Amino acid sequence: MAKFTKKKDGDLPAVSTASLPDIVFMLLFFFMTVTTMKDSSLMVENTLPNATEIKKLEKKDRVIYIYVGKPTQEYQKVFGSEPKIQLNDKFANVDEVGTFILAERAKKPQELQNVLTTALKVDKNANMGLIADIKQELRKVNALKVNYTTYEGDAFNNLQ
Amino acid sequence: MPRRKAAPEVNAGSMADIAFLLLIFFLVTTTIETDAGLDRMLPPMEPPTDQDVIIRQKNIFTVNINKNGQLLVEDNLMNLKDLRKAATAFLENNADGSCSYCKGKKDPASSDNPTKAIISLKNDRETKYSTYITVQNELVGAYNDLRNREAQKLYKQDFTKMEAEYLNPETPSAIRDDLKDKVKRIQDMFPQKLSEAETSTN
Repeated sequence: MAKFTKKKDGDLPAVSTASLPDIVFMLLFFFMTVTTMKDSSLMVENTLPNATEIKKLEKKDRVIYIYVGKPTQEYQKVFGSEPKIQLNDKFANVDEVGTFILAERAKKPQELQNVLTTALKVDKNANMGLIADIKQELRKVNALKVNYTTYEGDAFNNLQ
Repeated sequence: MPRRKAAPEVNAGSMADIAFLLLIFFLVTTTIETDAGLDRMLPPMEPPTDQDVIIRQKNIFTVNINKNGQLLVEDNLMNLKDLRKAATAFLENNADGSCSYCKGKKDPASSDNPTKAIISLKNDRETKYSTYITVQNELVGAYNDLRNREAQKLYKQDFTKMEAEYLNPETPSAIRDDLKDKVKRIQDMFPQKLSEAETSTN
């Protein structure tokens, strides 16, 4: 009988924390692998169109992003609801695209400056007029390699 | 007074195994998101030569998109679904008979051979971007269909797959060097000549 009673007033045994480092490291590794550095938050609506004949954009350090789309709800009061260009963290006009590309190009290492790609992330509801103006600006600064970023999917879904 | 004896510790020896198991699981299942899209080259601002290059009308395949998303292909209204077939037929038409691997109809009113064939894409300023991308996708698709066919014949695999493997930085360089010539050869069979003129204003 004594065997059963003596447990009662015993202290709670300490939980072993020997494996805590493992768990922490596991979490650390997990987040290290899945995190991608995001350098700008989106201020425009950005539903990309679908396409099937796509190529992957390898090597992120060689890509300059240009976002185009309708300003999101919170910015619509100030900037209206017509599609706008977003460069880094602010809205820009078409004539600023050239200088932006040159500035971004200057930031990259010398050996990458000739192999840069401009990724155009354009909302599917934007008009081609604005895109044509951007393309013209890109040609002026000799940034000829472009990538129309899309989702993978049947291209005919775009038309609905 | 009863002897104070703590409950035996839980054996944590296998905790590390569980942790590693989870770690490996997540490592394998998560993919770091990469963007994908249609790669295009814009024409340079200044033409490399002074004199105008004369291109015969029959070697140009004109595609016009109006602001309502309708297509005018070679002066005929066309459904978007038929575009890929029409573009393929134009590219491998082979009117002068110099292309041994083409299966075209040799229509004298259409393109001479794939190296001369040019697709010209024009759009209105009010054309929707999604329509434009769909048309681009179909035109690139026409090239890819032809290239895939030739690649299957020569190397028993798809051109798009070979190209993706060639462009992937993780592919060993020995395989890449081998692929480089193959990819180049197929590309030269059907060179992608897709001209995007400045958009019309009306």
